[in-house]
Order: sequence, then structure tokens, then C-alpha cells
Amino acid sequence: MNLTIIDYNAGNTQSVIFALNRLGIEPTLTDDFEAIQKADKVIFPGVGEASTTMAFLRKKGLDKLIPTLKQPVLGVCLGMQLMCAHSEENDTTCMGIFSEKVKLFKPASGEKVPHMGWNNITNLKSGIFDESLDNQRVYFVHSYYVEKSNYTAAVADYCQPFSAALHRDNFYATQFHPEKSGKVGAKIIENFINL
Amino acid sequence: MLAKRIVPCLDIKDGRTVKGINFENLRDAGDPVELGAAYSEKGADELVFLDITATHEKRKTLAALARNIARHLNIPFTVGGGIGSIKDVDVCLMNGADKVSINSAAVRNPALIDELSLQFGNQCIVTAIDAKEVNGEWIVYVSGGRIPTERRLFEFAKEMQERGAGEILFTSMDHDGTKAGFAVDALAKLSDSLDIPIIASGGAGNMAHFAEVFTKGKADAGLAASIFHFGEIEISDLKGYLGDNGVVVR
Repeated sequence: MNLTIIDYNAGNTQSVIFALNRLGIEPTLTDDFEAIQKADKVIFPGVGEASTTMAFLRKKGLDKLIPTLKQPVLGVCLGMQLMCAHSEENDTTCMGIFSEKVKLFKPASGEKVPHMGWNNITNLKSGIFDESLDNQRVYFVHSYYVEKSNYTAAVADYCQPFSAALHRDNFYATQFHPEKSGKVGAKIIENFINL
Repeated sequence: MLAKRIVPCLDIKDGRTVKGINFENLRDAGDPVELGAAYSEKGADELVFLDITATHEKRKTLAALARNIARHLNIPFTVGGGIGSIKDVDVCLMNGADKVSINSAAVRNPALIDELSLQFGNQCIVTAIDAKEVNGEWIVYVSGGRIPTERRLFEFAKEMQERGAGEILFTSMDHDGTKAGFAVDALAKLSDSLDIPIIASGGAGNMAHFAEVFTKGKADAGLAASIFHFGEIEISDLKGYLGDNGVVVR
């Protein structure tokens, strides 16, 4: 099993590597197109600011490569947002794998932004989830969110119900951090590995 | 619904976990790698690692220690102590930290927070503020609580938010280590005046203090060290207690 993490200076890469190590997987960290295309599974991590990160991906041509991948791809946090069409964070055009737009949370009743901490996920769909994960808590840290849509694979509620996960064809994405979500997160990563 | 967070803190000196009272009289509290792994297993929501000697001593071994802790940790991990540059943050993240806590450097050079939040995202940057109430004013201290500054807690925290901090870790030096309860009035005022989450630190002595800090103190997270290290409160018991008292926990 060749699991590759796309190397582009995302802040949570090391945490993702450690999470995979705990499941007995030694991932390859690379930005080499051929190595990424040949991998069995690809993880696209992401922590940081949207426009800076997209500029970095464009410079490396990764913004063109990622949407063409055929194997299961898992985008995490900012990774998920960059797989959408557009982000309000510094008005950034993203990769458009999902047609959704990424919007800034607007607190309705004094909620703090970023949405930071452990929140429940419900309405689970797609192969990375299973029944045991319904209504479990996972760790979120984000100020921008993806609205609910046809691609929504999990729902969380903060300011309003939003997409905690997305799924389309071979593309999977979570707004939360499975690598930092305890045993629940480890199960989600395991399910992705077993796809 | 978003849960309130329980955050054990490892104060590290010379590779060991230590804890003092009012920032002084340090005593040994055990092996940080073991403690970190045990807390994560027992249901801690996050772990904070503060190198309390960083500004004075060499830090290389601490990066290795942070890495060792992170390897066994499946919950968010914040590393702090002597961080003052993009390169320092990079080293922390490369060693498995998810967030960094900036303390003295944020007071001495507030623009650092703009720089770091643009580079790493707001969610990665915690500003840790140590403050003490003197004649009704909350004075911000630096260098591990040794040096008073011209800054005041509420205006400084607001500036940090505006510059891009994603979270404020406020330690009341008057309450730290006393086990007499958190600085709930100051915390509530801070929480009301900011839009970003607040981690309350200093003064936890029993389970009721946590219930109070989340309700009256309006904190988003409660941090404590010695009561967890010395087994006075088990995190699982604390979660049960808070749940019974209407506080949403994981």
C-alpha cells in the first residue's frame, strides 16, 4: 500500500504522518507528479491561509495535477477548502473539484471564530464513515466553511449546519482534522486506507 | 454543539515536567512523554507544552522532546516557550505541533503576530498572556512572569486579535498554582470583549472551578497542570462532573 502525502508546506503534514505511523503506515511525502499519480492513496493536508497556499500550489503546478487524480484522494481542512471553487479568504480562486464556495462564518449568537474544538458530525455518507462514527465528536479549527450541498458527506453545526465532509467520485474531504480527532479520527483514516 | 475543552499543560524544564506556585518554587511532576500520552488516552481535548526555560537555555533538545510527545498524541498539540520568529514556528510544526503559543515576543514585537498568522494561518497562532492585577489594572508580564510591561490585558488581547491571533491563553499570575479558582471576572470580561476563543489558565483546584470558568468565566477552554499531574483530578471524572452540571464536553 503506497500512501502519498502531497508535500507543499502545509502546516499539519507532520501530524498527518504521525497519525498514519500510529496505524502502521509509512507514508511517502512528495511533490513529484509521477510519484503522486502512481500512489494507491493520496492525502492532501492543509493548514494555513488560502491565497498564499493556492499561490504555492500554482507555482508547483499541483493545482492542475490534483483534480486529474484517479485514486482515492483525501483533502483535510484547508485541503478541503482548496478543492472547492472559490474561497472568501482573500478572494481566492481554488481548484474547483467541488463546485461549492467557501465562506466566512458569520456568528449568529456570539459564537467565537475560529470554530475551534470538538464538535459532532451527523448525516454521514461515503466510504470514509461508518455507523459507529455517527454523532461522534471530531476536532475542528477553521474560520471559513463550506455550505451544505449535494456533495456533503457529513454535517456539523456551528453558526449554521455546514459541510463537515465532502465526497465526489474518488475525492473525499474533511473540514475537521481526523489526524487530531482521537480514536474517532483514527477510524476515519483507517476507513480511507481501506477504501 | 461545540464542546468546552479541557487542556492539561506540561511546563517543561530540562526535559522534565515541573510545576510551581505563582510562577515560582518549581517541583518535578514527571516524564512529559508519558504524561502526554496518558492525558490523550484519558480524554484530554488538547495538550499544551510550554518550555518555561526556553528564553534562557538551549532549545534543541526540546524540539526532540516535542516530537516524541507528538508522535504519541492523537489530539491537538500546542507548543510554546521562547518562540519569536517564523523559523521557530516552522521547527515546532515540523516536529508535530499543531499550534504555537507566543508570549514575550508578542509583547516586544506585536507585528510578529501579523507575520505569523499570514504565514501559518490564524488557527495556528495562540497568544499567551501572563497578567497580574495591580490596583485594579491587569498588568501584562513577560519573561515567565518576571518582568512587568506597559501593556494592559484587555487592550493588548484586543490588539492580538486584530493582528491575527486565533486564540488567547490568559494566565492570571495571581491565581496560578493557588488552586483557589480561576480569575473568572477578568476572564468573562475578556471573553465578552473578544471574538476569538479564550483558554483560561491559573487557579484550577477542584472540579467546581472548571464548571465556574465555563459558565461565569465564559471561557472556551480550561487549562491546568498540577491537579492533573499529581492525580488530584482525573480528566474522565471531570468530564462526567461537567456534563452533569450542564457544561457540554466531549
